[in-house]
Amino acid sequence: MTINPDSLRTVLVTDCGSTTTKALLFEKKPEGWRQTHRGEAPTTVEEPIADVTVGATNAFVEVSELSKRPLLDSAKSGDEAPFIKTGSDASRGIDLYLSTSSAGGGLQMMVTGVVKEMTTESAERAALGAGAIVMDAISADDGREDHERIERIRHLRPDIVLLTGGVDGGTRTHVIEMAEMLLAASPRPRFGDTLRLPVIYAGNKDLAGDVSSILNTIGQVKVVENVRPSLDRENLHPAREAIHDFFLTHVMSHSPGYGKLLSWTPVPIMPTPAAVGDMVLSYAHSFNKQVLCVDIGGATTDVFSVFANREGEKIFNRTVSANLGMSYSVANVLIEAGVANIARWLPYEISESDVRDRLRNKMIRPTTIPQTMEDLWLEQAVCREALRLSLHHHKLLAVGLSGVQQKRGIADIFAQKASRYELVDLMKLDVVIGSGGVLSHAPNRLGAALMMLDGFELQGLTQLTVDSIFMMPHLGVFASIHPKAAQEIFLHDCIVHIGYGLVPIYPTGSVQGTELADVFADQKKIGTVKRSFVENVELGNSELTLRIVPKHKRVDVGAGPGETLERRVRGGSLLLDGRNRPIELPADRKQQAAFQQQTFKNLGLA
Amino acid sequence: MSQAFTPGLQVKRSAVVRRIRELPLPGEILVKMGDKVQNGTKVAQASLPGELLILRIPEEMGIEDFEVMKNLRVKQGDTVQKGQLLCEHKGLFGLLRSQFVAPADGLIELITEKTGHVALRLASQPLSIDAYVSGEVVAVDPRKSVTIESRGTFVQGIFGIGGERQGTLMMLKVEPGKELGVDDIPADVHGRILIGGTKPSAEALQKASQGGAVGLVTGAIDDQAMVSYLGYDLGIALTGDEKVPMSLIVTEGFGKIPISRHTLELLAECDGMQASMSGATQVRAGALRPEIIVARDVPAESLHSGGDRGLCQGSSIRIIRVPYFGVYATVVELPHDAVKLDTGAFARVLKAKLADGTVVTVPRANVELV
Repeated sequence: MTINPDSLRTVLVTDCGSTTTKALLFEKKPEGWRQTHRGEAPTTVEEPIADVTVGATNAFVEVSELSKRPLLDSAKSGDEAPFIKTGSDASRGIDLYLSTSSAGGGLQMMVTGVVKEMTTESAERAALGAGAIVMDAISADDGREDHERIERIRHLRPDIVLLTGGVDGGTRTHVIEMAEMLLAASPRPRFGDTLRLPVIYAGNKDLAGDVSSILNTIGQVKVVENVRPSLDRENLHPAREAIHDFFLTHVMSHSPGYGKLLSWTPVPIMPTPAAVGDMVLSYAHSFNKQVLCVDIGGATTDVFSVFANREGEKIFNRTVSANLGMSYSVANVLIEAGVANIARWLPYEISESDVRDRLRNKMIRPTTIPQTMEDLWLEQAVCREALRLSLHHHKLLAVGLSGVQQKRGIADIFAQKASRYELVDLMKLDVVIGSGGVLSHAPNRLGAALMMLDGFELQGLTQLTVDSIFMMPHLGVFASIHPKAAQEIFLHDCIVHIGYGLVPIYPTGSVQGTELADVFADQKKIGTVKRSFVENVELGNSELTLRIVPKHKRVDVGAGPGETLERRVRGGSLLLDGRNRPIELPADRKQQAAFQQQTFKNLGLA
Repeated sequence: MSQAFTPGLQVKRSAVVRRIRELPLPGEILVKMGDKVQNGTKVAQASLPGELLILRIPEEMGIEDFEVMKNLRVKQGDTVQKGQLLCEHKGLFGLLRSQFVAPADGLIELITEKTGHVALRLASQPLSIDAYVSGEVVAVDPRKSVTIESRGTFVQGIFGIGGERQGTLMMLKVEPGKELGVDDIPADVHGRILIGGTKPSAEALQKASQGGAVGLVTGAIDDQAMVSYLGYDLGIALTGDEKVPMSLIVTEGFGKIPISRHTLELLAECDGMQASMSGATQVRAGALRPEIIVARDVPAESLHSGGDRGLCQGSSIRIIRVPYFGVYATVVELPHDAVKLDTGAFARVLKAKLADGTVVTVPRANVELV
């Protein structure tokens, strides 16, 4: 069905999440496209209701009541779309309904490849980019025994399996072995006992027939182009398309009530993270920016990035740290980061057992909220560590491939690796977008900015923003129909600009004195970045030109060591951070608390 | 009068509990509608497909895949016995003869020409499931599942580890707030589900499990004692599969909080009775809390049923977050509008009277009905 974007005036969009279904109304006003009303209701994909449309309809009702705009036609029944179609009376109904979904834990996939840092990574990037959670990535060289792999695969109940391996014309045996392993394990799909497991083969093209004949008995095999046709080239799009097709035909359509929901919208339902990814990519392209976006939830943390590779091409990446979150998974942050790393961000002293017990209690009662500043600071300290760990994870997967192709022999099949380099370069990063309750709903916006500055250890000059109400999934799917309108809403209603972080970097021990850089706004000096201090300077509400002049030739403020940086900025807060990177904090716990007290006081957070 | 929904754990003297016992794959149901079953009665069984062994014959024999295909003595679908010759290679002039025999009984499920690999399916394994709770069969889904309805006392905990267990309830002779040490665990605990106290030491847990106790229900646990008992750390509240000899349920949380008096009084009524328990906990959507079920005849009267009541003036609550964590109180007011907290955030709150008469303001999200 073709939709003329110019004919649209009122669009209703839902994001059916694991716990909440959020409905947003987008309307074309005289001043432009705006997000006008919001309603939410518990998602009803689980028993006893087990019909996602019930929760969605409850959310529509709330939007309708809040907007005082009749949206639903009570005369419609059964599987028919319940909406009033806007006609001659422009004050009633909608023109279009769209949705994204991550209910029931989202799209869960397993990927396999031959070499961990090559085909398996490409498979992971394809699956993650399509909006999936990768339950496990199995490689011929992952160090596990056959029986361990079989046991693991059998234990998982993925929605879809992506099988890759070998460049075109490359290895054969290991790819076939992976297919045999999958056959041996015969994993059952998560939904539909009678459904055959959806398997996508995107490996060495010469083996498509063999892989299909091995797996035909246990799965429905779809063959697409190789994700890694050669060592230095990735081709993720065909695999992503196949994932989206299977998502609709095998996952969505078998989830409770989704058959009906699918019939209400002329546009395919997108996995929530895929929609967010599209929005981030579209923003990066439209404004020629390098972007880092994080969504920190209760159970998982998603990181999205767009950075230019060495050829100048903008590369999108997404990772999911499936066990790093602020409530359900908070104890995993505790385990992975350790008490000392969490406690270093606190402006007060606390015993190790107190930290452990408080976080464990948050894990088992995830809906509770901090009532005291001390408790809020503890959650924010956990957030910093979750951000740090998830960015580390992201950096491992967000890599560029250079064109160096090594010669391959039979013996060194696992030794051959394309030359990889990290794409994430924080010094070149333009914008950070923070999303998720702990960032979006931080009682103080500067508090959110400081969490991102600390957790990501930002460098140079970076714009700091948060997503006001996690609108990006809705905008991502809307952008597939009307990109211009989606962008307008994104800039006007979605992104909350807080200000900028300025972090001069220098080799440890190379700089004498306390002053690192002077900062000028439209030629007037407004501050100096001082070693070991974090301070805030308010820039006002208008656009202005910042000029940052390093005071030492080895200090880099974003233009290279000793070079002056000049940039047009929007105003807001400017955080002058003189703690270098990695962030230099006192080693002693008591001194750390005093240091953080001073920082929080400087920023008006304590 | 204002009223609001708030979650609470079920603590009921008399409840009707239904548990679905489902096979992981189609099989045979061993009971029929209306049958009375005990918690240990086998109610369903199935055959799990045997393991599939990938026999890498070329690599094992040191020959090429096409040579394997030429010399293979079996074909797809053949049944083979352990030790049966699968492939024989005569080598150079028949001098370096080598053989590959079946490592186990099974069925040849697949032969891959490209690799010369043979997939051997081993014999299936029997699997059975029991009723878990004593009661009556009230539904049967042929070949798939059976539903057992049990009537009696039902208590939920906030967090647990370990799977389903059946045993005899045994009240520990300690005060609710007593930290459980080795001396608090009696010598003969075999087959018992121990109840009482709080914050068991790692040594007390070890003594109870080594003594053959099948379960421990206590107020709270120290994070480090739990890690010591499990042998590893736990990152998310998704439990039930832990390989521990004794399942554990905490009714209040982590730290040192006495076991709830209501829970204790109710379980004390069941001292010496047979009970079913499970430590399985899942905090995410479709939440699952650990439970103790005692099938017995009691009048249909609810003593405490936090989970299905609304929060209103006079409700008894437990505060579940600092600065009043673990404190019991009574709701005195439920203001309608959101209030600014010390953190600067706005939230809906309630006013509650503590035992000493002090009235405190607490976010509604931070209380549970008791």
